[in-house]
Parts: sequence; structure tokens; C-alpha cells
Amino acid sequence: MNRRVPLVTENSQTYTFTRRALVLGGLQGGIAALLAGRMAWLSIAENERYKLLSESNRFQMVLIPPRRGWIVDRAGQPIAINRSDYRVDLIPDQLEQPDWIIAQLTKLLQLPPEEIQRIRTDLDRAAGYQPVPVAENLSFDKYAAVTLRLPELPGVSPTRGFSRFYPDGAAVGQLVGYVGIANKEEYEKEKNTLLITPGFKIGKDGLEKTMEHRLRGMPGAKRLEVTARGKLVRELSTVSDKPGATLPLAIDAGLQTFAARRLGDESGSVIVMDCHTGDILCMASMPSFDPNSFSDGISHNEWNMLSKDERRPLVNKALSSLYPPGSTVKPMAAMALLGAGIDPEERVYCGGGYQLGNRFFRCLGRHGSMTMHTAIARSCNTYFYSMGNRIGYDAIAVMARRLGLGEEYPLPVVSQSYGTVPDSAWKLRKYKQEWTRSDTLNAVIGQGYVLVNPLQLAVMAARIASGRNVQPILVGGREKPAQPLDMPPEHFEKVRHGMWEVVNGAGTAGRSRLPLEGIQMGGKTGTAQVRRISAGQRGQGGDWKYRDHGLFVCFAPTDNPRYAASVVIEHGMGGSRAAAPVAKDVLTWLFDKQKAMDALTALEEGWGGNIAERMKRDERRWLATQAANKAAGAGEGVA
Amino acid sequence: MIGSSLVPAPIAALPWKLIFLVLAIGLFGGMTLFSAAGGSLSPWALNHFVRFVALLAVAIVLSYFQPRTFRDWAYPAYGLIIVLLIVVELIGVVGGGAQSWLDLGVFQLQPSELMKPVIVLILAGFYAGLPTGEIRKWSAIWPPALLTIVPSVMILLQPDLGTTLLLLFSALTVMFLAGLPLRLFIGGGLAVAAMIPIVYTFFMMPHQQKRVLIFLNPEDDPLGAGYHITQSKIAIGSGGLFGKGYLNGTQSHLHYLPEQHTDFIFPAMVEEWGLMGGLFLILCFALLFRWGMTVALESKDRFERLAAAGLTMTIFFYFAINLLMVMGLAPVVGIPLPLFSYGGSAMLTVMLCLGMLMSIDRNNRRERHRL
Repeated sequence: MNRRVPLVTENSQTYTFTRRALVLGGLQGGIAALLAGRMAWLSIAENERYKLLSESNRFQMVLIPPRRGWIVDRAGQPIAINRSDYRVDLIPDQLEQPDWIIAQLTKLLQLPPEEIQRIRTDLDRAAGYQPVPVAENLSFDKYAAVTLRLPELPGVSPTRGFSRFYPDGAAVGQLVGYVGIANKEEYEKEKNTLLITPGFKIGKDGLEKTMEHRLRGMPGAKRLEVTARGKLVRELSTVSDKPGATLPLAIDAGLQTFAARRLGDESGSVIVMDCHTGDILCMASMPSFDPNSFSDGISHNEWNMLSKDERRPLVNKALSSLYPPGSTVKPMAAMALLGAGIDPEERVYCGGGYQLGNRFFRCLGRHGSMTMHTAIARSCNTYFYSMGNRIGYDAIAVMARRLGLGEEYPLPVVSQSYGTVPDSAWKLRKYKQEWTRSDTLNAVIGQGYVLVNPLQLAVMAARIASGRNVQPILVGGREKPAQPLDMPPEHFEKVRHGMWEVVNGAGTAGRSRLPLEGIQMGGKTGTAQVRRISAGQRGQGGDWKYRDHGLFVCFAPTDNPRYAASVVIEHGMGGSRAAAPVAKDVLTWLFDKQKAMDALTALEEGWGGNIAERMKRDERRWLATQAANKAAGAGEGVA
Repeated sequence: MIGSSLVPAPIAALPWKLIFLVLAIGLFGGMTLFSAAGGSLSPWALNHFVRFVALLAVAIVLSYFQPRTFRDWAYPAYGLIIVLLIVVELIGVVGGGAQSWLDLGVFQLQPSELMKPVIVLILAGFYAGLPTGEIRKWSAIWPPALLTIVPSVMILLQPDLGTTLLLLFSALTVMFLAGLPLRLFIGGGLAVAAMIPIVYTFFMMPHQQKRVLIFLNPEDDPLGAGYHITQSKIAIGSGGLFGKGYLNGTQSHLHYLPEQHTDFIFPAMVEEWGLMGGLFLILCFALLFRWGMTVALESKDRFERLAAAGLTMTIFFYFAINLLMVMGLAPVVGIPLPLFSYGGSAMLTVMLCLGMLMSIDRNNRRERHRL
């Protein structure tokens, strides 16, 4: 340092020290003031906010899932209830040796490997006080085995909870749906922590899904004081849960089960309605799934089996399947003819068909001279070709809609296909083509563009049976009779008489008379082509999936109609052959349960057991086939 | 000082004002530790009290030594601590992990802690011995710089950033007070400020960068690394004016507050005693520092002056950095609140500082008598 150094003396050094020491003293005072100010800011200005944060640190709300409301039938008989079940949970907080505990539980409860994996992942994610489910629906023996060893299993919590139970099993599967644990999308949508509470389930299909708001109830809550590690300090207050409301249906559980059983191994649906009030007494679709096994969490295998079944057990055929109605719409067409002023006694000669221009439309037989009455009874196409051609289909379409076809009903169901009632405007809109006379001829016998679902057929039957504008009712029921339709009662009388003849006279369903004294059934058969086949074959044989559908609409008793029904048997080959006998037994049940049950018991013996037994048998078969296929595949692989 | 006729002279001659302040801080700390353990003397409060009384006795004994003795012991002590730092480093290498302490059985000694007062004494001695005119020369800078940098680097390698910073601050304080040209400090300060972005970008590990970012905005990561600061602020802020009441702190008792017996003891106390408790403690410390700076200003000897101011500032840096940290005004570095927190090494260091300050104070009073 060669530049000029300022003179530094002992005095000036002391002066420098004093000055600089005072600067440091000032620094100390400044920082102390800054700290005091900052602290005051935190504890006064922001006090409210931090108080709140401290409280939310300290307290945790734990929800108590509400018990789900029951679903009962019109007489209060249970359709879906809660059965107390035994379950085992883990409390992560109290768990000391998770690996050892899980190994013990695996032994006691025979847990499958994928479940063990799931428990481990859940444990990693769980907050300390939040139970992790290990197993549900345990038998009392397994539950007791865990309870006995409880002292050596810290962190294991065996409890009694509730699970959904459907006493009628598969018979109500399509109708009520099932419950299950909420998935990620459902949770994202609702953002309700209740949905991720262990053991809580929401409706996943059917009424369980659509009536979720009524069935769920209000959760209770426990306020817990917890430490930072999630250890419970104490329980502060408990608000008890409010169980969901009971949901009464218009359904008659006994009839529903009977109809489902009566369908046997066929794929189809049965709908029975009160033809005055519109109450749906039964809406069975088979084959179905067992909602009990779905609600417990269905296995991959079971799901595969159901989704690959060509009889579509996962589809509610009563609402979501569309069929050409075939001849079942002829009574409706007759109503339209009467409405258009056609004299029912006017005769049409059936020589086996009807010539329209250069095309010949076939009838099923050579019926000879036909009136409206005999044409309904013997399902003569020629009569309806001829008369339909005279009034035009637009007039018939109006009647079809008035009698309930093509309509989507305001029902609490997951999905409903409402089909097509075609007319000239519809065709122009859809195909940009003019309506032709051959379109009319096809439509008037329920083929061509016409598509309906089985519920619409039942409504049509009910409206014809009572002459009332009935609306189908699924929930509640027993309302006042519907308003009469604005049509002359004698027209209904005429058509109903034709339908009486179908079953009780010289008609197509003569073998399906009710085996009852003084109670008769009126109906109309229908056979719907699945695809156009040469007239010789007519879908009466060959591959199951190409066979004709069998349909039947009916009502009883004929002298004072009370019930109306529709039965559809997919690929049953004919209405009188497949559908009418089912309708006969189902309606018999309504008047004489014992007689109907006797008939069913005999049939079930032939089929190899009741629904549950046959489903189990099918599953075993399916698993065996799967195993065989796998073995074969593996064998090929080695070779 | 107190009732001269009733109390024996040697006891009356003790600096009672300081002893009361130290007692207030230490006992308050012990009470807070009692509460932090959920109303129990173990594991912290009893140890704290025993240690506090024993070390306060050491400080009072120390006050009877002549300040000159400390100046003479400084160099051997410095050498001994350097050796201990090497030993600690070697144990760390052998033990396969970072280590900063020696297990003495009674308590675990951190040699790096002891280096703080010793560096103050060494530098004060150096500048006291430096001829008056030399202060503006290069020879006034490099020996102190070397003496500071060697232990700093060793401590930084442990790694203990907090202690390294305190050591550097203490050394710089003595250099500043000794009268080194002001431009060196201003220039140095600017250079460090300019270096920060460069160090941040090129020399910091991602986890260190994250720490800095979280310091700047702790709410970004309330459950991760920002957890400490967030929970500390909740504890302070939720206390309000008068606190939640002694033994009623929820943040501390339910363990939401981390390290509540050492670095984060202040928020644990404020949660229960509120703003009033916090201001009381800050006031106690402020009076303690004022006493220390007064001792320095009243002292006539250059070594004693520099040592007294340097030792006071050493205690002050603990206090300032700890409180700035718990209030979210400084990044989280592991520095306890002296006399208040649980922990032997920091209390030993501070008590040694206080003992030497009392010794210088006693010397001042002797000088005054002589005049």
C-alpha cells in the first residue's frame, strides 16, 4: 500500500471504534424493532387467518357414512336392504409392524395376492387415523378368528358395518342396478369426501344410480383432535348420520321374481302393468347379473363372462332393446282403422297375400274372407295390407303415438331407447325420400321402419285394455286411474274382442289360455324378423342369433281388464310359441300363485335349477372353458 | 450495587442487572421446554435447568479472571479447536456420515461452537497488538482473514452453513470495529450481493436452490420444505396478543411445529404467551445487548473494547438470525435461540461470552475506582 496513508492516531482509532460501535448498537436496535414489528403484524393483523390455520391443523373431520335407504316393493317387501356385515380395517396410526400384521391377516382371512397389493398401496397413501379396508362381507368365523387374536394384532380393527343385499338376486338386477365404491371420475365430479370414506358405496346402475339422491342420506361426522402424525388425541363431538329414505316401488316383488324365473334360459323381458294406474308391477329382463356380487366388487372373470355373453346380461332389455313389433301392433292398427271410419264388418279376401303394383306382399296363410275381428284373431296380413293401404300410414302413426309407441317416458332409469314410429315426414327428414305404399304395408304389420321397446308394447296393451291414457309409473305407484283416452269406447271394445278371440277362440295363441275358472286373457302374438331371409326359411331355425323374435302383448281379465303385459323372447321364433306361454304363467300368478308356482317348478326341474343355481353352473362351465383354452394356448406355445 | 451494607461485598459486586436478565431468559426457556414436552420436566426442561445453573456458575467464575488471561489463552485455544475440528471430520469420515460433534458423555460438544468466541478473542488480540499506523495496510488484513477462513472452510465442509455464517459475522464485526477502511466493507458487501445470483445458478445444488425459493415463498409448499416456516408463522400468528395460555399451545403439543425445543422454540413460546411474551423476551435480549455494548464503550483497553463488542455481537447474531428465521424473514438455517433453546454447545458458547464480558465489566469498574 504505497499511496498516502491518512494519519491514524490512538485517539482517532478510539473515535472510530466508538462511532462504529454505536452503528452496531443502532443495527441491534433496528433489528429488534423489526422483529417486534413483524411479530405484531403476524399476531395482530394476521391473527384471524393464522388462528384458522392452527384450528384446521388441529381438527380433522371423519365422516360416518349414512345407511342407504331401502328399496321396497308396493307391499313394503324388501327389494334392496342393508345387511349387517363383518369387516376388518387397518388403522395405519396404530400399526407397528405392517408386514407382519398383513401376513397374519392373509393367513386368517385367506386374502388373495392382488388384495394384499391393494392394501399396501392404500396404506402408503392413507392418513394415519383413516381406516384402510382389508376385507368386507366376512363370515362370522373369519371375523371371530381375527377378533380372538386382536391383542396380538395392534392396528387391526374388526367392525360390524352394513352392506347392500338384494334378496331376489339376479331377478331384480336390471331393475335396481347395484352399488359400488365411487371411482375417480365420480369423486372428481362431486368432490365429496364421503365418496372416499372406506366402506361407502354409491349407486352404479339402475334405480340405485338414478335415485341416489333419495337413497344416500346424510353422513354423520366425528370431530377428532389429531397430532401432526395423525395420532388421535381425543374425539370431540359426534353428529349421527341420517339414513337415506326408503324408496317404495310400484313393482310387485313376487311377480318380478316369478317373471324372471319363468323366462328361464331365454333372453327376453316381461313387463306387467296395472292397466288403470300405469303402475309397473314387474319389469324383468333376463339373463341378468346378480347385483349382490356386483356390489361386493365383481371379479374380473365374472365381468368378462357377462360382457361376452351373446344374450347380453348387462343390458336392460325391457327399456334399452328395440325390436320390430311384428303383428303385436295389429290391434293398434285396427284402432286406427276404426278411427278412420272403416266398417269392422267389411270383408277382405285373403288369398295368401296382397298385390301392390308388381310386388306381392305375403300373408302367413290363405285365410279367405276376413273381417277386422277374424283378421286380429288369425293375424291376417292381407286384411291389414289392404286396409292400411286405404287409410295410409300417417293416420296409423298418429294412433301408434297415442297408444304409447315411440315415446320416451319420464322414468328414473339409466337409459331408455324409444325407437321409431315412422311416417312420411319422418322418412323425408331422415332419408330425404317420399313415403311409399310398400312402406305402409311393411309398417302396418310391425316390420319395416317400426321399432319399439318392450315397455312401449306394455303401455300400448294397457291403453287398449283400459281405454285410459296410462303413463308407466315405477316409483311410488297406486295413484288414481288415468284419464280416459279421447276415443269411442266401442272401438276399444271391438279390438279387445278380437284379442280375446286370439287366445280363447280360433286364434293364434289358443294354447295359452289361462288355466283359471272364469278369468280369461286377451292378447296378440307377434313374430319379428331379425333379418330378411328367403320366405322358405323365415328365421324358424338355424343359428340362434338369426332366429325370429317372439312377442306377445296381452291383458286380463277380458271382461274387466286389470292387468296388461308384454313379453318379448329374443330369437324365440314366434310369439305364440315362445312369448304367449310365458305371459300365460305370469298372468296366472297374479290370480292363483300356487298354480303358477307348480307350473314353474316343473319347468325349472327341466332347466336344471333356479336362476342362482343355473348362473353358478354357467360360471363353472365358462371358467372350465377358459382354463381349457388357456391350457391349449400354452400347449401351442410350448410346441 | 444492591443494599451495600447488608450484602457481602463480593456478591454485591456481581453485575446483578445482567444476571437477572440471563436468569429471566434461561428460566423462561426452561418453562417453555417444560410445556413443549407436554408438561413434563423430561426430556428437556430438567436438563436445561441443570445445564443453565452449571454454566452460569462457570460464567461467574470466568468473570473473576483478568481479561488479559483470555487474550493469552486465545492462541492455544484456537490451535486446540482446529485439532478438534480435524478429529470431528475424521470421525465423520470413519463413521460414514457428516458429524459435527464429539460425545463427551455429559453432553455432545460441537467444536465449531467454541470457535465463535475464540475467533473474536484472537482478532481482538491481533488488532490490539497492531501498531496504530498499520491499520490501513495490507498487513492488517491478511492474518485475520487467514485465521478466519481456515476454520470457516472446515465448518462449511461439515456441512454447517449456519455456524459458518455466524463465525464470519463475528470476525467481520471485530475487523469493522478495529477500524479497517469502510470501503472494504461496502465494496465487499456489493461484491457478495453481485455474487448471489451467480452462486445460486452455478454453485447451488437443486435442494439448496429449492430452500431459497421456499424462503421467498413458503406458502408454495406448505407440506414439504416450506412446512417449517409455515407452521412457525401459524404458531406465532395464532397466539394473538396474549397467547393461548401456558401449556395450551396446540401447534407445539400436537407436534405441528418442528424442532420446537431447539430452533423453533420461540414460536412455541409465543403461541402460549402471545405477542406480550415475545416482546418481553426481545426486550430482555435488547437490554442484554445494550449492557454488552456499554461494557465495550466504557472499556479503556483496545483488546477489551474489541473483545466486548465482538462477544456481544456474537450473541446478537444468534438471536437475530434465529428470530428472523422463525418469523419467515430469513431462510431456515439451523441456529438456536441462545440461553432459551435446548442444547449444550450453544449455551456453553454464550455463557463463555457472558463470563468474559463480566470480566471486562469488572475490570472497567476497577479502572473507575482507580480514577
